[in-house]
Amino acid sequence: MSRHQKQPDAGGSYGYLVAFDSVEQLLQAAARVRDAGYTRWDAHTPFVVHGLDAAMGIRPTILPYLVFTGGLTGTTCGILLQWFTNAHDYPFLISGKPIFSLPANIPVAFEMTILFAALTALVGMLALNLLPQLAHPLHGSRSFKRATDDRFFISIEARDPIFDPVATRELLESLGGSAVEEVPG
Amino acid sequence: MSATTVDTRALLDNTTDDPRRRAPLVLNHTEFGFVTDTVCGVVERTTPRSWYIAFAAALLMTGVMFAMITYLITTGIGVWGIQVPVGWGFAIVNFVFWVGIGHAGTLISAILFLLRQKWRTSINRFAEGMTIFAVVCAGIFPGIHVGRMWVAYWLFPVPNQMQMWPNFRSPLLWDVFAVGTYATVSLLFWYMGMIPDLATLRDRATTRLRWFVYGVLSLGWRSSNRHWHRFEMAYLLLAALATPLVLSVHSVVSFDFAVSIIPGWHTTIFPPYFVAGAIFSGFAMVVTLVIPTRHFFKLGEIITLRHLENMSKIMLATGMMVGLAYSTEFFIAWYSGNAYESFTFLNRAFGPYAWAYWIMVTCNVVVPQIFWSKRMRTNLVVMWIASILINVGMWFERFVIVVSSLSRDYLPTSWGYYRPTIIDVLTFAGSFGLFFTLFLLFVRFLPIIGMAEVKGVMPAALHGEPGHGDYHGDVVERVGRRGGAR
Repeated sequence: MSRHQKQPDAGGSYGYLVAFDSVEQLLQAAARVRDAGYTRWDAHTPFVVHGLDAAMGIRPTILPYLVFTGGLTGTTCGILLQWFTNAHDYPFLISGKPIFSLPANIPVAFEMTILFAALTALVGMLALNLLPQLAHPLHGSRSFKRATDDRFFISIEARDPIFDPVATRELLESLGGSAVEEVPG
Repeated sequence: MSATTVDTRALLDNTTDDPRRRAPLVLNHTEFGFVTDTVCGVVERTTPRSWYIAFAAALLMTGVMFAMITYLITTGIGVWGIQVPVGWGFAIVNFVFWVGIGHAGTLISAILFLLRQKWRTSINRFAEGMTIFAVVCAGIFPGIHVGRMWVAYWLFPVPNQMQMWPNFRSPLLWDVFAVGTYATVSLLFWYMGMIPDLATLRDRATTRLRWFVYGVLSLGWRSSNRHWHRFEMAYLLLAALATPLVLSVHSVVSFDFAVSIIPGWHTTIFPPYFVAGAIFSGFAMVVTLVIPTRHFFKLGEIITLRHLENMSKIMLATGMMVGLAYSTEFFIAWYSGNAYESFTFLNRAFGPYAWAYWIMVTCNVVVPQIFWSKRMRTNLVVMWIASILINVGMWFERFVIVVSSLSRDYLPTSWGYYRPTIIDVLTFAGSFGLFFTLFLLFVRFLPIIGMAEVKGVMPAALHGEPGHGDYHGDVVERVGRRGGAR
């Protein structure tokens, strides 16, 4: 990492990265970055840290609404499929049962609801997170590999409207983490 | 077990039930790196010779199963023991058995998650994997049971040249949708939970191949909290969706029986009875697999004795539920005043299949009673043998239900005695080969413990945030926070 030492310029750099050893340090640091008014920044943790969403000021995701819509679509498709195949396109009488009745169609409609909702949950989560994204500047940092092991990171992007090569570095240095690392863009 | 960083309290034994202190979920260690090193170590070390031996044996058995299936398809369904009146033999018994095995995985991953049972974290990945492999085995049997396997796609509503559609008023078709959805959702849940752990393996990769494969599988996960936020919501939603799903799957499987008018099948108790039995057998299978794996890969500090003890308690509880179901069936058979129903149950206990019935009762009702004793619950050998007996018992439960009712229904002139052929037996034995093949591949190449989840319930993941006391649940209590926030 020879570019590591270079003076930052907003054009060629992804941003700054700083590491912490403990959850407590990270939470305090995140609250300070939030209060400083940054918007294009992130925390990176090996597991879900409770309280970090609040410390970062993350608003609730819209995912539940998407999943609900997906579930309703599944119910509708399930009922329409059964109505179309067994009551409309090829109606046939079995054991004197009604050609179309809701009770007999509940199990399949239920399973389709769950199937569509579950697919929406996974695909929606990935889409909202803009994943898969195999190449990312942060993956170029050697120290960042421990974000999936046992260290906690805060990154501030150079694209942030209030990012300033000097002031942002000073803020990060005051948080009590490791030496601030510049991530090349 | 080397205790490198022992905390102030004794973390060596977590099976003591002192209500004043929370039992630790990871023994001897408090640093996150220990979890990473231990779990990744299973995948990263050179393949042990014993793995190759086990894998070869499993692969051989899988080969036997596919040879039997080939023989079946090229010769005809007559190679099996099924005949009039018993048209549902081993294939359906095995199907119900394997689907049931899978249920414990979803119970652990979804229901225990919603109930905030933190101890699930170290066994859920394992159990979810087991679910998927069991469902794969289950899926094969109805497929080869249809007689003309080459038109098995008729099960699905696929437009075809006959302009016909499947009959959606049949429980057999509900089954296709239930099991299909179950397999899909289990796979999604399993894979999604694994993404952060695959990223860990990617970041520790020492070879380019590993880095590439785990990199692609982890979708570029960068542990971002903005991502975690949606990930956690998606996980919660999947758990909430999988919970009614798992209850519905074995209910729908039981409809295959309950919707018919065969004595002994046509009962309303079947859905809850099947679900309880499924969870019972699934937990037994988790125990059967987890004890050797834990021992072999030295995971005893993450999958602790307390985890196994908890599983024994669940086996005891579900075993009692199954026992209650057996006695309720008998009571209703008498109380209904229906002569056919009464006969069927007397026939089960004292007729030609009495041997199967009493194997079932012994294994499923009597054997779990040993778990009332704490000594038995914490004795791994006893637990392992009991879990195998329970699986035997649960297989026989399905055998009793399927075969005894069909072999003697209304007319004594059409009674018969079903005998499986060697092909039946080898196909079933071979399905274990397939199950273990998949399982061994999983153990070798994927993170078998949800590292991110285990780290999240370790004491160091706790922090001074008020209101987190009860959420973090079953972990070592923090000094000075005894009886903390509600």
